[in-house]
Amino acid sequence: MTRYVVRRLLGAVPLVLGIATIIFFVVNAAPGDPTLYMMAPGMSSEVVEQLRVNYGLDQPVHVRYVKWVGAMLTGDFGYSFSYNRPVLDVLMDFLPNTLVLSACALGLAFLVGIVLGTIQAVKQYSGLDSALSVVLLFFYSMPSFWLALMLILTFSLMARNVWDWPIYFPASGITSTGHDFMGPWEQVADRARHLVLPTLSLALVLAAGIARYMRGSMLEVIRQDFVRTARAKGLPERTVVFKHALRNALIPVITLVGLYIPVLFSGTVFVEYIFAWPGMGRAIVEAITRRDYPLVMAASFFFATMVVLANLLADVLYAVVDPRIRYE
Amino acid sequence: MVGDPVTAGPRRRVVGGRGLSAVLPGAPQLLAGRWGVGAAALLAWVGFLWLLVARWDRVWAGAGGPWDERLAVATVVLGLAGAWVWSWRDAGQPLAGRAVAVSQWDLAVRAFSRNRTAVAGLIVIGGLYALALVTPLVAPYDPLAQGDLMTERYVGLSAAHPLGTDQFARDVLSRLLYGARISLSIGFVAVAISVTIGTLLGAVAGYLGGLADTVIMRFVDMVISFPRLILLITIIALFQPSIFLITAVLGLTLWPSTARIVRGEVLSLREREFVQAAVALGYSKTRIIFKHLIPNALAPVIVAATLGIGNTIVLEAGLSFLGLGVQPPTPSWGTMVDAGRGVLLDAWWLSTFPGLAIVFTVLSFNLVGDGLRDALDPRLRS
Repeated sequence: MTRYVVRRLLGAVPLVLGIATIIFFVVNAAPGDPTLYMMAPGMSSEVVEQLRVNYGLDQPVHVRYVKWVGAMLTGDFGYSFSYNRPVLDVLMDFLPNTLVLSACALGLAFLVGIVLGTIQAVKQYSGLDSALSVVLLFFYSMPSFWLALMLILTFSLMARNVWDWPIYFPASGITSTGHDFMGPWEQVADRARHLVLPTLSLALVLAAGIARYMRGSMLEVIRQDFVRTARAKGLPERTVVFKHALRNALIPVITLVGLYIPVLFSGTVFVEYIFAWPGMGRAIVEAITRRDYPLVMAASFFFATMVVLANLLADVLYAVVDPRIRYE
Repeated sequence: MVGDPVTAGPRRRVVGGRGLSAVLPGAPQLLAGRWGVGAAALLAWVGFLWLLVARWDRVWAGAGGPWDERLAVATVVLGLAGAWVWSWRDAGQPLAGRAVAVSQWDLAVRAFSRNRTAVAGLIVIGGLYALALVTPLVAPYDPLAQGDLMTERYVGLSAAHPLGTDQFARDVLSRLLYGARISLSIGFVAVAISVTIGTLLGAVAGYLGGLADTVIMRFVDMVISFPRLILLITIIALFQPSIFLITAVLGLTLWPSTARIVRGEVLSLREREFVQAAVALGYSKTRIIFKHLIPNALAPVIVAATLGIGNTIVLEAGLSFLGLGVQPPTPSWGTMVDAGRGVLLDAWWLSTFPGLAIVFTVLSFNLVGDGLRDALDPRLRS
């Protein structure tokens, strides 16, 4: 097992390096010179040239590539143009927010997806099954950015301004303006309230996909002999479903973790942008519009590395849970 | 590929015969229970005929107008003729009992046409593409024409503007119809690009193996582990966003998943007897790949492509939403959703309807994709 994990980790290294290479050359193939965005009117050409030298832009691409990869391996991602701080510091400010949001969304998505998928499979061909299928397919086909806007419209704007609901949710940011003056429990509640809508916009779309998959997986398991045996020996239906069928049906669902992490990160870009959530997704969009190349490269690299790690984690989990998988 | 000869088709092909088909093409087939083809032909006939009558002046003017209006007129004429001729000829066919050879594709078509939701999805998609083609004849207003900015901005749903107006007093319904053309064509072209590249490279990697396989598949691994949206926004933002760039970039970033599917299929096909026989006969590698491997690996590719069009439409809308896609004033569903973002409470229709359009389009593609997956997999056929 340890050998398998180590081998997979070593296999991921060239993959990550390859990704870094793609990022570097895509960004460097872009037309335009980043120093042009730092120019002030009346700057002499000597100053601009000095800027280019300072940022190493006067050197040929392959030299810059080697230097960039070399620096990256020592944890130095360069200096952000727009924040005037080391890129790593900037990313470390944003990363926790993205991780909190993604973790909540992923957790909720799997919870809702597994529950709904199981209900559908157990009640196959019932009215409930078809109704859920339609609703789930509707959410599955939905762009998360539109869902986010509709949630804001319903549970934030209309709830607060038109319908006067007792509960409404904030539509932007991670905390209210008065956050610093609240007590500790109020602070937690305030943060939780801000998490609700962004989490829902991400989780509902994912949950629909997970439920569809779960339904299929559960149906396959329910048809198998050991489930029939469990029923035949007189076990109550609850035990059959939850102890025998569900556990086995969950195994293939693990692969979805690896599959859905890229989808989730794509979703966070929109959701963070819409909800003004200070995370990596919003940071990368802003960095691109400001031509902050070091930040763009580092942020895409972080995203890609997290996807590689998530895939690896899913494979290892799969091998742990399912003894039939050979990992030699 | 050819199965046993069996009796083809349902017992009654048509009800009402040629007489009914001459007046209402599709109706005889619909009444006989072949509701998929029947509804398609009937809808095409009624829809295009209504268009011809109600918008006669525009059809007349469009025949000598710019290329998209000519295309619209041609669509109407060909659609009408096609529905009529097909229904007439179909109604004249012998009732039943013809013994014919049935291929795997025939079986798949039959399995697909039994799946009602999938057929409904296919009809909706066909309708959307037809609507996109005839948009210049249907749209009530010019999508770029601004109304009176003092009185006609943010007008709600009304008879004059069924889906309201936007911040420049433009008609939302007209923009929605024109936006469909952008979304649908980008989706189709991008997926066509990716399927072509993916199938070729996947087949080459799977069949040749060795160095070619390693190089191609390592590259595929890299691109797949990249969150696609990040790659897209990076590329598009660094260059100048335009419809052509988006289509190309969407197409060029989707192919790795197709390549992976095709490679997997080819790896198993490679060991089968018919391929061994082709090798023994001394056929060239090109011939084996194009004539023997690719046609047999296509079924999962078709499913992935159908679902991929839906995904691509969502992605394109997302990019346009971020301002990195189709640039204003060209209408696109993504930019329209974005336009309503700041005025959600005052003009809820601006974001809502383009979003619903995306959802229903993608939903149809997903329904058809699911139906195709069930129909093309012999194990799932009942």
